[in-house]
Amino acid sequence: MSMQTDDYRTQYTLETFSFLPELNADEVYDQIVYIINQGWTPALEHEDPSNAAAHYWGMWKLPMFGTRDPNEVLAELDACRQAYPNHLIRLIGYDNYTQCQGHNFVVYRPRGM
Amino acid sequence: MASKTFDAGVQDYQLTYWTPDYTPLDTDLLACFKVVPQEGVPREEAAAAVAAESSTGTWTTVWTDLLTDMEFYKGRAYRIEDVPGDKNAFYAFIAYPLDLFEEGSVVNVLTSLVGNVFGFKAVRSLRLEDIRFPIAFIKTCGGPPAGIQVERDKLNKYGRPMLGCTIKPKLGLSAKNYGRAVYECLRGGLDLTKDDENINSQPFQRWQNRFEFVAEAVDKATAETGERKGHYLNVTAGTVEEMLKRAEFAKELGQPIIMHDFLTAGFTANTTLANWCRDNGMLLHIHRAMHAVIDRNPNHGIHFRVLAKCLRLSGGDHLHTGTVVGKLEGDRASTLGFVDQLRESFVPEDRSRGVFFDQDWGSMPGVMAVASGGIHVWHMPALVNIFGDDSVLQFGGGTQGHPGGNAAGAAANRVALEACVKARNEGRDLEREGGDILRDAARNSKELAVALDTWKEIKFEFDTVDKLDVG
Repeated sequence: MSMQTDDYRTQYTLETFSFLPELNADEVYDQIVYIINQGWTPALEHEDPSNAAAHYWGMWKLPMFGTRDPNEVLAELDACRQAYPNHLIRLIGYDNYTQCQGHNFVVYRPRGM
Repeated sequence: MASKTFDAGVQDYQLTYWTPDYTPLDTDLLACFKVVPQEGVPREEAAAAVAAESSTGTWTTVWTDLLTDMEFYKGRAYRIEDVPGDKNAFYAFIAYPLDLFEEGSVVNVLTSLVGNVFGFKAVRSLRLEDIRFPIAFIKTCGGPPAGIQVERDKLNKYGRPMLGCTIKPKLGLSAKNYGRAVYECLRGGLDLTKDDENINSQPFQRWQNRFEFVAEAVDKATAETGERKGHYLNVTAGTVEEMLKRAEFAKELGQPIIMHDFLTAGFTANTTLANWCRDNGMLLHIHRAMHAVIDRNPNHGIHFRVLAKCLRLSGGDHLHTGTVVGKLEGDRASTLGFVDQLRESFVPEDRSRGVFFDQDWGSMPGVMAVASGGIHVWHMPALVNIFGDDSVLQFGGGTQGHPGGNAAGAAANRVALEACVKARNEGRDLEREGGDILRDAARNSKELAVALDTWKEIKFEFDTVDKLDVG
């Protein structure tokens, strides 16, 4: 048997989609469309990386109740990123039927993360 | 009211227990049995006999029957149907009044419905196919300690199935080496790892040592990955007192989830443990050793959909359901039928899925479906499609058999899972485009590329023994 050649380095990953390459703008757009089409409410949260393990992150304004336009969500994402360039940002889809989050993934990581 | 007289002797059951004009009440507990009667026994008599023996009847008339209102308490066979494709068998539908059963006790229900009647001479074989639990009974049961929504919130897992694996070899590792295997899986990207059901507290690895080393592994992986991790610490033991002692220790160690085998240990033990978990904020993973002994024969025993319903009532946050695609038994439509019973708040009658009754679960929390056994990355697209987000996909050999070890194997599975979920959300057809989706994802993950190479050839194409009854 040959010796294993690769060392697997543990990654600081932060849950859903963090094992994929960073999503580009089109791919983020598709996930927003998915959230809206499920009847869920898009929302953004941001937090300093040192507190990322907490359940609660800072909320960016209120969840975007009733929006049907993915571009509105992208615009808010942009505004959030400008206001908190050193924070992690995650995109959430609130499902009010299950009272759970139907989707939730980190959509922006500050430089170096 | 006309007075009754006592005639000693043996009466035909159908005089009392066959009531084809009866309309079941919303509060009745309904059951569907598949019956193969002994030669010469008419269907109505066999159905009535099953109703009698599983409720108030005994083989001969007794005078004390007249001291109570048997019309109120008796079970009633109210419908008979052909079994498609089987001339010898028929379905008997039986209604039981709610007061026959103690509140909150699936044990009492099963003792009646699958008790003496299964050894009864008038039937050659008997299978309990389905139970409709009335909402009035369901509201007396505790159900899952946490449920799907609470588990997601506690573990911070959203928008995807969770990934797990059973630590192998399933017997013989020292506690410290075992904890190493757990740590490697979790740091590589699995959410949860699992004790094998055979692991209790054997001489090679006492439970306390295992719990301590595993807790360190879970905590270290959690800190390093920024993700919440867990390991199902199996507390199944010879006595309930011992199980509760082990559960307490798991809680002291700050661990999120414990595990129990609900059939070998029994429903009473399971309900006790589920109640403890609810009181102590612990999640409960349920394994199902012994189920195939009970549910595999299509003509005799209990269908797994009944055991799954009973488990949801007794309490558990995860339940193994088979994989549909892996090495173990499981017809796809039938599996989806009982997966619905675990997770949904209302399941309509659907014979194409083996669901014989509408079932209203009210506000009872849902149970995560666990697909485990003989699955690997190539199965991922089908698994995500079949089981959806509210499931745990467990790759034991498919993680630890990776040439790069557990961490690389875990990463391969995690990349495959996320690629499938992302593609699904983009509207792509997972079962048709699954191969392309995985190959594309492997371009950014050498761990996945190696996994796709390792397992490409494996196929499982045995025929299902217990198929749904169709003409």
